[in-house]
Amino acid sequence: MQSIVSVSGLSKVYASGFHALKAVDLEIRRGEIFALLGPNGAGKTTLIGIICGLVQPTSGKVLADGHDIISDYRAARSKIGLVPQELSTDMFETVWNTVSFSRGLFGKSPAPAHIERVLRDLSLWDKKDNKIATLSGGMKRRVLIAKALSHEPDILFLDEPTAGVDVELRRDMWELMRRLRETGVTIILTTHYIEEAEEMADRIGVINKGEIILVDDKVSLLNKLGKAQLTIELKTPLAQVPPELSDLPVELSADGAALVYTTNGQDGGQGNIAELLRRLGALGVDFKNLETRRSSLEDIFIDLVRARS
Amino acid sequence: MNLYAIRSIYIFELSRTWRTLFQSIASPVLSTSLYFIVFGSAIGSRMQSIDGVSYGAYIVPGLILLTLLTESISNASFGIYMPKFTGAIYEVLSAPVSVLEVVIGYVGAAATKSVILGLIILVTARLFVPFEIAHPFVMIGFLVLIAVTFSLFGFLLGLWADSFEKLQIVPMMVVTPLTFLGGSFYSIDMLPPLWRTITLFNPVVYLVNGFRWAFYGIADVNVTVSVAMTVVFMLACLGIIWWIFRTGYKLRS
Repeated sequence: MQSIVSVSGLSKVYASGFHALKAVDLEIRRGEIFALLGPNGAGKTTLIGIICGLVQPTSGKVLADGHDIISDYRAARSKIGLVPQELSTDMFETVWNTVSFSRGLFGKSPAPAHIERVLRDLSLWDKKDNKIATLSGGMKRRVLIAKALSHEPDILFLDEPTAGVDVELRRDMWELMRRLRETGVTIILTTHYIEEAEEMADRIGVINKGEIILVDDKVSLLNKLGKAQLTIELKTPLAQVPPELSDLPVELSADGAALVYTTNGQDGGQGNIAELLRRLGALGVDFKNLETRRSSLEDIFIDLVRARS
Repeated sequence: MNLYAIRSIYIFELSRTWRTLFQSIASPVLSTSLYFIVFGSAIGSRMQSIDGVSYGAYIVPGLILLTLLTESISNASFGIYMPKFTGAIYEVLSAPVSVLEVVIGYVGAAATKSVILGLIILVTARLFVPFEIAHPFVMIGFLVLIAVTFSLFGFLLGLWADSFEKLQIVPMMVVTPLTFLGGSFYSIDMLPPLWRTITLFNPVVYLVNGFRWAFYGIADVNVTVSVAMTVVFMLACLGIIWWIFRTGYKLRS
């Protein structure tokens, strides 16, 4: 599939000498939701900043929909919408004027019908004549999203879209992202809520200390790196793992009251679990409860970042 | 050329003026009226005419200029400083616009506002003292040229400033003294020779004299030199602004 954003050998050294990005390569596929995960200071915002024109790269190349972001910045930038992390906008203007301003700034002819649709989609329509200063934090964030969508971008960057946002608004935003993807918009979001990436993303990239340490499909990432664990609570504690089970990855809990079966998820572990239960039945080991747990992206993420540091 | 962007910035910036219409217009008009009452009527009535022009009429170009300079600088500097301050500048930096388009939008709006103010003050002045304008088109030309030049300067100031203090210190500590000492309210020929020579290093002298020539056909310095100085200053400002955007100085990290 053709990449809509293509980053190659991108580096950024700040004037302070801080090496924010180290020769980053990244391909974003057309129409996907890509989540960029990383701890604070990993380089997420710098990477987005360079692609959007806010930060000057030290070296490297970025193409947005085939256009170089520096030599062909007009074509590249007109494809991109950016929702920044900070709530930074003119406070004294009305919602309508601010959003209309954004559209014009990106070189699009006035289209009140489109602006109305965007505002309605974001439940901002009845606030359109309000000054932004009078809106709540969540509403201000919606205004920033409306500004980014005002010029109908093909690529939407959301920098920590749900940081400090209440649960309801977070659900609304996820819903909005899904609707946007259906219309063909490519969405790149940075987040440190792994729950968000798990919920939304098609693919996930993990960035740490200025390096992309992993890019993969969410599902295969969970399969490859995720662990599945089955805990079998026994009716009567055992002194040791029965020798009949020694070929399976089974351990006995410290108090002997439970058997813990761990698999790395790659083989799914399903066949072996059935085998385990069959053998337990044959051995006459009775159990009172079964509990399965798959590791979340969060566990994977913490393992990854820890392994590299 | 991204004309929609220029139009958007221009309209957005002027709408700030309409929002603050009263303070935008009322305060310069009030302060000009006070100048006329004090210098024009109270003191001016005891002064001789200069070069055949009554003192009240003589100070009209200088007064308009004083407002034009301070308003151009403060409008344009505020216009670009505020988005920097709030962070909203990210949008302009990420938009498909060139430096020239950004400058036309912001500086055009600031200059438009100060030209309108200059004309309002001209009308206000006419209520206090009778005068006629010898070269009205030249006068309008000068008005626009000066408004644009000092809006550019203000824009530059707004780009450079990283605090409200810096934003205000230049108009207060540099521009106002230069205007007062630049022969706005007197002919530099009235000064002792040494001070007259020193004054010639003050750029405002050239602005005031060119402007006054348009009103009354009199000037202490050559009018061509006046225009040339203004244009040179304007080009210098443009050059620095271009450099700032190109290198990202204080704008892009």
